[in-house]
Amino acid sequence: MNADLGRTIVLWCPDWPVHAVRHELGIDPSAAIALIEGGLVFACSEGARRQGVLRGLKLREAQLRSPELIVHDYDAALDVRVFEPVVRRIEQIVPGVQVVRPGTLAMRARGPARYYGSEQAAASALLATTAELGLVDVGIGVADGPFAAEQAARATRAGTPATVEPAGSGAASAPPSVKIVAPGASAVFIAPLSVSLVADPRTTTLLNRLGVHTLGQFAALPEVDVRRRFGAAGAFAHDRASGREQARVLARTPPPEFEVEQHFEPPLDRIDQLAFAFRIGAEEFIQRMRAVRLVCTGLRVEIDDERGGHSSRSWLHPRWFTPADVIDRVRWQLQGAGTADTGLASPIVRLRVIPERVDSTGNHEEGLWGGAPDERVHHGLTRVQSMLGHDAVVTASVGGGRMLADRQVLVPWGDRAPAPARADDAPWPGSLPALAPASVFRDRLPVALLDARGAVVTIDDRGAISSPPERFAVGEALAATPTTRSRTRDGFGAAPVRAWAGPWPVVERWWDPEHAKRVHRFQIVDDDGCAWLLVRDAEGWWAEARYD
Amino acid sequence: MTAPRSAPAPHATRVEELQARIRGMQATRLETKAVPTHPAFADVLPGGTLREGTVVQVEGSMTLLMALLAGPSAGGAWAAVVGMPEFGVEAASRFGIALERLVLVPDPGAQWLAVSAALVDVMPVVAVRPATRVSPAEASRLQARLRQRGTTLLVAGAWPGSDARLGLEASEWHGIDRGHGNLVDREVVVNAAGRGEFARHARSRLRLPGRSLEFAPVPAGPGPAEPVLAPAAASAPIPPRSVAPELPAPVSIVPRPIAIGLVGQARRRAG
Repeated sequence: MNADLGRTIVLWCPDWPVHAVRHELGIDPSAAIALIEGGLVFACSEGARRQGVLRGLKLREAQLRSPELIVHDYDAALDVRVFEPVVRRIEQIVPGVQVVRPGTLAMRARGPARYYGSEQAAASALLATTAELGLVDVGIGVADGPFAAEQAARATRAGTPATVEPAGSGAASAPPSVKIVAPGASAVFIAPLSVSLVADPRTTTLLNRLGVHTLGQFAALPEVDVRRRFGAAGAFAHDRASGREQARVLARTPPPEFEVEQHFEPPLDRIDQLAFAFRIGAEEFIQRMRAVRLVCTGLRVEIDDERGGHSSRSWLHPRWFTPADVIDRVRWQLQGAGTADTGLASPIVRLRVIPERVDSTGNHEEGLWGGAPDERVHHGLTRVQSMLGHDAVVTASVGGGRMLADRQVLVPWGDRAPAPARADDAPWPGSLPALAPASVFRDRLPVALLDARGAVVTIDDRGAISSPPERFAVGEALAATPTTRSRTRDGFGAAPVRAWAGPWPVVERWWDPEHAKRVHRFQIVDDDGCAWLLVRDAEGWWAEARYD
Repeated sequence: MTAPRSAPAPHATRVEELQARIRGMQATRLETKAVPTHPAFADVLPGGTLREGTVVQVEGSMTLLMALLAGPSAGGAWAAVVGMPEFGVEAASRFGIALERLVLVPDPGAQWLAVSAALVDVMPVVAVRPATRVSPAEASRLQARLRQRGTTLLVAGAWPGSDARLGLEASEWHGIDRGHGNLVDREVVVNAAGRGEFARHARSRLRLPGRSLEFAPVPAGPGPAEPVLAPAAASAPIPPRSVAPELPAPVSIVPRPIAIGLVGQARRRAG
């Protein structure tokens, strides 16, 4: 085997998921952070590790060990997104880069070594570049084959965890963050490592039982026997363990670049100025995609302001973005509920628009006889959205939950409905029967429910009412017709209750003191024949909805 | 359409009913077509249908409004609801409104007329609660646009020069008593008044909603139905009572310039 061809450089950024989250949310680097997937710790920061948090730990156990742990959900897409600029920058100095996974890059060593003079010099150049990007804690390994090189890169840290110093300063003379394994010495280098690095958990257990614990011991087994016993996967692992890896670096083809970025000097502090300044950028953004017959159906807008604030949000489009739509999204992201001439809290210095979803134009071609009627609907609704803002036009769906407000899910036009957090078809004990009230108040209205002597009806701990309700009045805030009519009817301004039923207790999340909810529901028919759904909580009586 | 009545109706009524059904099926006026409406409204609306390009005031009942939306929505039409933040989505879906073709604009604020004008262009049915008083000039401009686009506007509130007004005259819930039971179904008396075909003051008893969340006319005859309603009837088309809130007290009477601009533009285009 030609050793030269197998030489590989691996650049490894430790704890990349943690770094990505830190970068996105602007968390202090020394803080203890853990990313959770499926209830287990997926990745954690150095700070967390010092306090005993480990990968694979249960969330509760991790929080026990490190009470100030900052916990986030693991987001694989974020990893890739944050890593992309790093890959692009590295590609500028070393061509032919393979993204092994977000945070780990592999590249052939031959070209860079010849260009920069030696493997050491190439590694130093890489370190200098990553330092420019603000990545100080990078390990670089050079060895025969990607696997050995990655182990070498990891070894830079495992061996000397405390002495990893900023790459910029140590780049000149054999920095500790570079580990070069001499050609042909890879097998020896990886020999003491655990066999679990090449084999799956089941095989690892089996090998351990057979007394094979390290890669060196595994490599010492006769290749023919390994293949016979463990099949192709075992032979592949055996090759890796003995430093005869067949895999080569498969350089990625850099994707065409569609994103646009605009810097504003001097910074702009008005939304309309920004929208105007970005007009050309938006046209160019769409035009570049159109040139390769693509349309954009989802994009991400990133905005940096002068004070260092960062806002990033994805926007979807039910059809595809036109330049005007792109500008609208930028405006909406900045203005929120305000109007276009609102001043901004801090002037904007940078605006970046990245396509997240693109599709072939062929799938979005208009029919020969014009578009579908839905297209007209979309244009009309987009017009209303540009008048009132993105969130003002919503489509609705029915979600799960006990309280009526939980059961309606409103999604701005153009956004995809989020995956239902609560299933609609679950039983939801305590929810209402099939007849749903036609008017559901967003803010519950205060009401008074009185008994025959004019005292407020109360419900005791056992769910029994103090006395049957006789009169009922809706608070003045309602300003509704029934109240104005009935105000004159008797001294309390309350109308007689014609029929009532309840209380029906609704108990939610009693184990969680913050979200616990314990209310009683009542149905009331007032004198006008209008039915109300009342709620009694600790503060008093409220009208949740009306059957009108 | 309704099933033919088995009971022999008086001659004149019979003729009127047949004429109404013919009207429902064909366009009587130029460019006026029937909008498919829930069969329960056969006796309430002339010809049992709404008409394109008309303004119908729906007073005092969200369920009545939903019942009017349910027919067109089930027929494949898009519907928009403007200015009603309390529109109960779950009830709407149970009553047969297709949520995937329903668009809500809960808080249009002062721009509600401009928003309605924009929606009228693309939606066959638009329901709106006016946030401010509408001047007759604005109303007639929007109505011209409605006729041009063939859109039906349902207004929960006041509207100068509306074609028809529907309202609840009585409402009675069943299934609930003093301390037991729960709301199951409701019988209401819907009355309709207005101009043209609506001038005959139709009144009818409907289940709104019925036991299995359907809308249906209450069969006339047995039960305490007729005697109760008889006296109140003829003179006042809609009594001032209403069950649900109408629009909040009008605050600004000054018309919005932007709305005028938009509506005016459409008119120029129409002309």
